[in-house]
Amino acid sequence: MTDAAPPASTVDATVDPGEIARFSALATEWWNPHGKFKPLHRFNPVRVGFLRDRLANHFGRDPLADRPLAGLRILDVGCGGGLLAEPLTRLGAEVTGIDASGPGLMAARLHAEQMGLAIDYRETTVEALAATGAGFDAVLNMEVIEHVADRPAFLAASALALKPGGLMVVATLNRTAKAYALAIVGAEYVLGWLPRGTHNWQKFVKPEELRAELAAADLTVGETTGVVYNPLSDRWSLSRDAAVNYMILSTKPL
Amino acid sequence: MSQSFSPAPQLDGDALIADVLIVGGGMVGLTAGVALASAGFSVIALDRAPLDAQLDAAFDGRVSAIAAGSRRALEGIGLWNHVLAQGHVAEPIRDIRVSDGDSLAFVHYDSRALNDKKARSASAPPSEPEPFGHIVENRTIRAALAARAKELPNLTLLAPAELAGVVNEPSHALASLRDGRRIRAALVVAAEGKESALRAARGIAVTRWSYPQTAIVCTIAHERPHGGIAHERFLPVGPFAILPMTDDHDGRHRSSLVWTEKTALVPAYLALNKADFDAEVVRRVGDFLGRVESIGPRWSYPLSLLHAERYTDERLVLIGDAAHAIHPIAGQGLNLGLRDVAALAETLVDAKRLGLDIGFGEVLAGYERWRRFDNVLLAGITDGLNRLFSTSFTPLVLARRLGFRAVNRAGPLKTLFMRHAMGLVGELPRLSRGEPL
Ligand SMILES: Cc1cc2nc3c(=O)[nH]c(=O)nc-3n(C[C@H](O)[C@H](O)[C@H](O)COP(=O)(O)OP(=O)(O)OC[C@H]3O[C@@H](n4cnc5c(N)ncnc54)[C@H](O)[C@@H]3O)c2cc1C
Repeated sequence: MTDAAPPASTVDATVDPGEIARFSALATEWWNPHGKFKPLHRFNPVRVGFLRDRLANHFGRDPLADRPLAGLRILDVGCGGGLLAEPLTRLGAEVTGIDASGPGLMAARLHAEQMGLAIDYRETTVEALAATGAGFDAVLNMEVIEHVADRPAFLAASALALKPGGLMVVATLNRTAKAYALAIVGAEYVLGWLPRGTHNWQKFVKPEELRAELAAADLTVGETTGVVYNPLSDRWSLSRDAAVNYMILSTKPL
Repeated sequence: MSQSFSPAPQLDGDALIADVLIVGGGMVGLTAGVALASAGFSVIALDRAPLDAQLDAAFDGRVSAIAAGSRRALEGIGLWNHVLAQGHVAEPIRDIRVSDGDSLAFVHYDSRALNDKKARSASAPPSEPEPFGHIVENRTIRAALAARAKELPNLTLLAPAELAGVVNEPSHALASLRDGRRIRAALVVAAEGKESALRAARGIAVTRWSYPQTAIVCTIAHERPHGGIAHERFLPVGPFAILPMTDDHDGRHRSSLVWTEKTALVPAYLALNKADFDAEVVRRVGDFLGRVESIGPRWSYPLSLLHAERYTDERLVLIGDAAHAIHPIAGQGLNLGLRDVAALAETLVDAKRLGLDIGFGEVLAGYERWRRFDNVLLAGITDGLNRLFSTSFTPLVLARRLGFRAVNRAGPLKTLFMRHAMGLVGELPRLSRGEPL
């Protein structure tokens, strides 16, 4: 449980110094705004803003208040370097970040420690976590389902980790020609934003398929919102156009 | 993380902690301090000159044309009422007359011709058009800033204080002062003017050239009222501006002169006795204001253009003249700095509301993208205007006279020029639109 969260300072206690240097370099890379994660940093504000607004709305908070997410327990699945976990923590949430990559997690832990943020990072899977009956106010599956092997099982476990009345947010890529052109040909091959092979188009999912799978996990499915990139202004924004990137909200019935 | 709403800068061991450290407490730096503190950030601003020296009447003899968009921003951060409270109400500019040397051709910009209801501020009575801007004495702005700063418990002014160095730690910048004090802040703002030491220390290159011109600035008293009209004359050596000021305490009508002159000749003009100096003034001003005499001291400012190759570095951002200094031909330098402040305040408030680290490079990149175009555009326009007008080469003289006539006749083009002079063109920060942060 997050109550028994390992303190962030265990980073130093359990790992040898050579490893720490490697994690530190990795953390620096994750958080370098001009480095290889630059596209993700540019994309990040729009999704953090969306999450803040929808979470505040769902839990009856003022999104522009000082710590609008105070006290909410949030599970960030596939948390990477902590690009979502850190801002959500500053907004008041108690965040648990899980990821399958050990070194990535150590980097995230180290960075949070440097920033003075208490975030519970664990190397585990949502299935394992759900089995312990974790009750989160919100579960975020942001840009992960296109990488999982068994999506329905993954979504069912995510739903299980949620409290009744809790909110689940899934963000992913649509299986359209446009998404293939932009996310794979464009982002991986032409612009070199992402390493080649990051995405497998076969794993992209259409919103209607995802909505059906969420409903099958006994969730009440809500709005679908697109996220679009404007190459002229070099900015991302929310849109009704879900042809490439999109997010779906769903809630667990009380 | 130092990014919580803290009532006042706090102590961490021997270091003062703030969200933002502003180096340079000139008009732009202090306005940034007031804007950010008004938005809830804890701020420390330092200047190497003692504050009361800057408030001294002899420190800065200039006036500034505060464009409409800048005035709205100053209203939004609680500063404008302090400007009005300084005793001299700001003088609204109702009309700008631009003329070419001795020729009679001039462009006439009348704020009454601007019928854009959206451009009007809610505070102006509905029958009155919003003026282009207001002429305010720089020392009035400085006094208003000092008064507003006193109202903000989360804004600390350190002056005199000088920076010794800054080192970046992962979560903050750690600044040390020459007197041994230390300050940690998530972001350092460089507002030290043209000769920014922080900009140089980070190796940020600048594009820079000096104009062979120096501006002589002085105040004149005149017999007839100016009617709120600003005049800009393009004399062969450079622009000559007559800017309407408020009447003084004895009820004398006043205007401020910005007289561009060949740098080599300036010491001679400054050294003239009052009678001879006044004769030179009258030669340039003419007789439309009745009897004219200079009052108070004369100041001079060498002119140069400067533009920083980038506005940001790790946990550092440049604002005001530290990022860009332009020819005063259009009276826009301070206005650009105030737009920097409005854009920076909005960028940082939005970042904080997203839980982002306000010193993070991607956040600062947003500020730079936003401001660069406007700043480069005005640097180019003012440089071009100065070159175009500081000449008696006949084809250019002809071209600019034809240009004047064309601008006067072409309604939409003129409206665009007017709106630009008012600071109402482009993607405006919320503060410049008169909206809250
Ligand atoms: C003749 C003339 C007329 C003008 N008229 C207009 C006009 O009508 N309208 C308009 O908009 N603009 C006008 N301008 C431009 C305007 O005055 C400037 O753009 C503006 O003053 C810049 O303000 P600033 O705060 O960025 O820089 P500065 O005014 O240069 O302030 C810098 C401050 O930083 C301090 N400082 C410097 N180095 C350090 C250090 N190392 N440590 C600590 N403190 C330091 C200095 O003491 C100073 O207080 C005019 C300019 C000139 C020359």
